[in-house]
Amino acid sequence: IHAPVHYRKEWADLEPVPQDDGPNPVVKIAYSDKFTDVYDYFRALLKNDEKSDRAFTLTAEAIELNAANYTVWHYRRVLLQALEKDLREEMRYITAIIEDQPKNYQVWHHRRMVVEWLNDPSEELEFIAEILSQDAKNYHAWQHRQWVLKEYKLWDSELEYVEQLLEEDVRNNSAWNQRHYVISHTTGYSDPSILNREVQYSLKQIKKAPHNESVWNYLKGILQDRGLSSHPGLLEQILELKETHCSPYLLGFLVDIYEDSLENTSGDQVEVLSKALELCELLAQEKDTIRREYWSYVGRSLQMKYCSDDPSTTSSAPETDRGSASVSVHQETTCNS
Amino acid sequence: MESVSSPLRCFGECHTAEKYTDDGVETVTSVEQRKVERSIQEVVSVYKQIHSLPPTLLRDQHYQYLKKGLRHLSDAYECLDASRPWLCYWILHSLELLEEPVPTAIASDVCKFLARCQSPTGGFAGGPCQAAHLAPTYAAVNALCIIGTQEAYNIIDREKLLSFLFSVKQPDGSFVMHIGGEVDVRSTYCAASVASLTNIMTPTLFQDTPTWIVSCQNWEGGLGGVPGLEAHGGYTFCGMAAMVILGKEHMLDLKSLLRWVASRQMRYEGGFQGRCNKLVDGCYSFWQAGLLPLLHRALFKGGDSTLSLQKWMFEQQALQEYILLCCQNPAGGLLDKPGKSRDFYHTCYCLSGLSVAQHFGNMDLHHELIVGREENRLVIVFSSLQAPSHPVYNICPEKVAQAIQHFHQLPVPVPAQKEGSSACNTTTDHS
Repeated sequence: IHAPVHYRKEWADLEPVPQDDGPNPVVKIAYSDKFTDVYDYFRALLKNDEKSDRAFTLTAEAIELNAANYTVWHYRRVLLQALEKDLREEMRYITAIIEDQPKNYQVWHHRRMVVEWLNDPSEELEFIAEILSQDAKNYHAWQHRQWVLKEYKLWDSELEYVEQLLEEDVRNNSAWNQRHYVISHTTGYSDPSILNREVQYSLKQIKKAPHNESVWNYLKGILQDRGLSSHPGLLEQILELKETHCSPYLLGFLVDIYEDSLENTSGDQVEVLSKALELCELLAQEKDTIRREYWSYVGRSLQMKYCSDDPSTTSSAPETDRGSASVSVHQETTCNS
Repeated sequence: MESVSSPLRCFGECHTAEKYTDDGVETVTSVEQRKVERSIQEVVSVYKQIHSLPPTLLRDQHYQYLKKGLRHLSDAYECLDASRPWLCYWILHSLELLEEPVPTAIASDVCKFLARCQSPTGGFAGGPCQAAHLAPTYAAVNALCIIGTQEAYNIIDREKLLSFLFSVKQPDGSFVMHIGGEVDVRSTYCAASVASLTNIMTPTLFQDTPTWIVSCQNWEGGLGGVPGLEAHGGYTFCGMAAMVILGKEHMLDLKSLLRWVASRQMRYEGGFQGRCNKLVDGCYSFWQAGLLPLLHRALFKGGDSTLSLQKWMFEQQALQEYILLCCQNPAGGLLDKPGKSRDFYHTCYCLSGLSVAQHFGNMDLHHELIVGREENRLVIVFSSLQAPSHPVYNICPEKVAQAIQHFHQLPVPVPAQKEGSSACNTTTDHS
């Protein structure tokens, strides 16, 4: 039961400030009486720049009514400092608010401020893990987590945590991103034994669930700077997987390997180009038709760039000769994805 | 011009084969995805049985919903009390797309209201007496440009706006959303958008901003909210659009970005997801699909001669079908996915995405693909007739051109403050 602010004795001296939307308001919200009441007094406090305990208490009520009101949050932070409030207690408060409304920008930013003022990240990883246990992809939670890890150099157990999340859901793209984040900020991917470990880990996950796009993206992401075609034996492994664990992602990955080979290998690449074009055609026409326009474009681009014939004489202008390359192609065994 | 009255892609024989393959390994991700696919399948099969008509945009219903909302909103909107300029923009832009005129009186009332949202220290706030924030600033400027009258343009205090932008600028090139607030790539888009429209760009305002935005592009090819984060459609649009405005789009790895965004279209639903392995949502019809016109133009500028002359690099028909069949509330308003409630945000971005999917343009060309009835056609969010020919601002190109023309007659204000200084007289928080 809400006791209106204007009934509370300790507020008797303050004149509430009604919201002034003007004579012909637009996007006028039908605020509840409670909402109007609290915010009329909040406006009065703001106008007087009042820094008191009653003001502090009121910010919590205003936040409860609209946790996205960033003006109220800012004011609360001003009061926290001016009144030298107990920041430990504020941590307890913000913990409860975030549990209740974990998809709000302001609550996470507020928590970050309090952690910074306390210079104490000791509760953070556990708290964020708790929020992620309810929604393993909460973007704000991951943002806060990355900030904590970097700011306070708390990397030690993070890879283990990521692996646990991937055990629970190998399709959690946020966890794959976190894997990349942790490794990038610790060992890096330059060390061949690290890179190889990651490649092996990825291939293992691919075998378990071949139609998981995240792992294919991760594999490409970690290898692309060095060049996909430069990793020894990878092409062979992928071609082997194609027989039993095929997917549109595998086929796309092959296109990427072939493209990298065209880019970085000298000498006659007619075979490689023709394989790449055939895959683009297969993807566009059959295996990944939602991306037909994209794969057709990739095919045309490859042809333009690597075709040893004079490009202006080839027949594949965008809309006409859809897909079929002017280079003769071999029929590969079709994929059983 | 192509008009598709039949057949619908989602009625095709091959459509069912596009359903998610979970490889026998069930996880939260696959379970959720299959639930959504089942609900889409339900919608499609009901549609097959009941409707002999082609998919129809419920123009009248949406119009009534929007017209009412521009004046009155229920208490369910208390949670958007700090985003009221957004409500103005979402509604005005939706009306603009539907080619519904805004009566002069209401337009003037919107101007007066937004004037009350303007902060004495520059920029616009979420409501009267609130603190300035880049998001409502973006929304307010866009809304005023849609209105496009002298009264609307005159509301904006350009000098103060510039000082507000400097006050939220960070040394590393990024911007905080408001004094004492958080940093993420949305802020760069909001700042670049308003600065370019109102002609207040100075040589130093966006110093280091392109480099910062580039650092948000990750191993997936898309952009995250801040460096290190997962690639996400909303943030990717903001980053790319900001780069286009700043003329620095070539600093991004456009090929990786293209691969990432093209991969975000859902093979079964036809709509877009915001992140890999997450669910379809109608609003990404704009944030994600809207990237393709930007990429097309950037690649074209970079000398690419293999780009299509008729289509964007996504399945335009499939997206239109998703929006028309799955994202419309029969009583008006659009939404995320079946089972979700309508709201003005989704109404704005579903319609914006529908427009992108209907219209292809590249300099002199304009090619249309309208799914369903002719009357479903919306206004273009970019213009093929004049620069800018891309949906960077997400307001109609005539309004963009008119605003730019107006504000370029005025001199760029002289900045009074250096970056990073606070315009606020209370304690400064660090962000």
